[in-house]
Amino acid sequence: MAASVATAAVGTARFWRVLIYTTLIVFAVMYLLPLWVMVVTSFKTLDEVHDGHMLQLPQNFTTEAWSSAWGTACIGLTCEGISGYFWNSIKMAVPAVAIATMFGALNGYVLTKWRFPGHKWIFGLMLFGCFIPFQVVLVPMAQVLGRLGIANSTAGLVLVHVVYGLGFSTLFFRNYYEAFPNELVRAAMIDGAGFFRIFWRILLPSSGPIIVVTVIFLFTNIWNDFLFGASFAAGGSAPMTVALNNLVSSSTGVKEYNVHMAAAMIAALPTLLVYVVAGRYFLRGLMAGAVKG
Amino acid sequence: MTAITSKARPTGRAIGWLQGQLPKLVLSPSLAAILVFVYGFILWTIFLSFSKSKMLPVYKFAGLDAYVRLWSQPNWYVALDNLAIYGVLYIGLCIAIGLLLAILLDQRIRIEGGLRPIYLYPMALSFIVTGTAWKWFLNPGLGIEKVVHDWGWTTFTFDWLINPDKAIYTVVIAAIWQSSGFVMAMFLAGLRGIDNELIRAAQIDGASSFNLYRRIIIPQLRPAFLSAVIVLSHLGIKSYDLVIALTGGGPGNATELPATFMYSYTFTRNQMAVGGASAVIMLMTITAIIVPYLYAELKESGRGR
Repeated sequence: MAASVATAAVGTARFWRVLIYTTLIVFAVMYLLPLWVMVVTSFKTLDEVHDGHMLQLPQNFTTEAWSSAWGTACIGLTCEGISGYFWNSIKMAVPAVAIATMFGALNGYVLTKWRFPGHKWIFGLMLFGCFIPFQVVLVPMAQVLGRLGIANSTAGLVLVHVVYGLGFSTLFFRNYYEAFPNELVRAAMIDGAGFFRIFWRILLPSSGPIIVVTVIFLFTNIWNDFLFGASFAAGGSAPMTVALNNLVSSSTGVKEYNVHMAAAMIAALPTLLVYVVAGRYFLRGLMAGAVKG
Repeated sequence: MTAITSKARPTGRAIGWLQGQLPKLVLSPSLAAILVFVYGFILWTIFLSFSKSKMLPVYKFAGLDAYVRLWSQPNWYVALDNLAIYGVLYIGLCIAIGLLLAILLDQRIRIEGGLRPIYLYPMALSFIVTGTAWKWFLNPGLGIEKVVHDWGWTTFTFDWLINPDKAIYTVVIAAIWQSSGFVMAMFLAGLRGIDNELIRAAQIDGASSFNLYRRIIIPQLRPAFLSAVIVLSHLGIKSYDLVIALTGGGPGNATELPATFMYSYTFTRNQMAVGGASAVIMLMTITAIIVPYLYAELKESGRGR
């Protein structure tokens, strides 16, 4: 009898294992489905998009939609594809990430190793800046960018993204340097090293991981931004997300779903690539952005 | 270790003073930028919300006029109702799904390393990409509806995207798809941080798995719950991109949210003061959630040292 109880227990245990695995796999399929549909649709002809159904593999595999999205699709009045906007996004994200990361590192260094009264307040002020709804700065920002003569330009967007990325980069570096031993810094000071020398020689060489986290976090955020791009850079200097939305929502005539999906894939690829290559750091950034202090 | 004492050579005193101020000098451009672009701009917008601005900013004081007009717009109530539906479902379901997946993944799953990235990857996408993908996926003619028809269930209809009563739920679905994996990761990190001794002790006492989770493990996840609620409510209140890409605020104004309301009143409907007033209300809502949290976190980190 004991044996039959034992087999029953093994039976229920196995039942639970199967249930757990099934649930997890069903969820995985649901997370993958939209990506699957995007990819297969982007490799179909428009006829096949209309005739077949969306989950099927392409019967006549073609990269036409991709080249159309990249080079000839019409966005607004010009029909040059999204390639120009893709480069706009690169030209916007790369400098903005570099500048915000650099300032963030220096700020974090000052706020942990060169403290002065009120440092906590300053950090709090910067941190709160990460969380404001950006709707509350749109009109003043548009005015200021206009006055500075950089409205509707990539330079304007770089400025915007640096300013609103500073809070996060400072947060990341501050929390990282907080755990960096003060003794090393103090020893270097006694040896006569100055402010920048200590930063260059002692902190920066061991900052690799947090630089990667910050760069990935900022790049993803800035690349994916839509609100600022739509508000401050209409027309030729618009970033990728804005162009994608224009392509999808305002195309007249026949809706070329395959081209839309190819364009969406192109917009998604840089951040997906970052995620695949450095997923661990991506998650660390998200977590650090979520759990403050 | 506050100020560094300069080894006072008389000629070097000025340089020494300058070096003492160097950290503050390095910090000051960032601080100035934040003060101007965050706090200055907030005050500026608050001022605009008390002005007569229509198409362009006009700096004539109009008292609470814009707020009165805001609260008499049926559209604003639509936006608030939608935010309530969207916010509750988005936060609630993200947490439910995230917690479920985290607990299941924590059962020594052999393929965990393969599954985790699948749950999390949507978080790397732009909301515009997500919106575009789901718009196609839920397309009433060619999307999931057609797939089900082809499978033989020909009376199946799924027209939520163009149904004014249901459209807001498509935004909820897409948003959950994007964020729930991240919530899973937060809970999983929380689960991995729980002291194993505690769990073992409860197991020895004969607690069932269900009770173990209900009484010991889930209560220990409080910090993860808190972070999740904060992050999700912050994302939810700001939601703009996803609505624009998925429904454009429509059909009609069925998926209007405060963020889309603010944008259209400010930039296309020429009621800048009303738009400003709505932005101020969004800010106040987020502030009420974030500031106590930041305050507690900063105080905590001070005590920990």
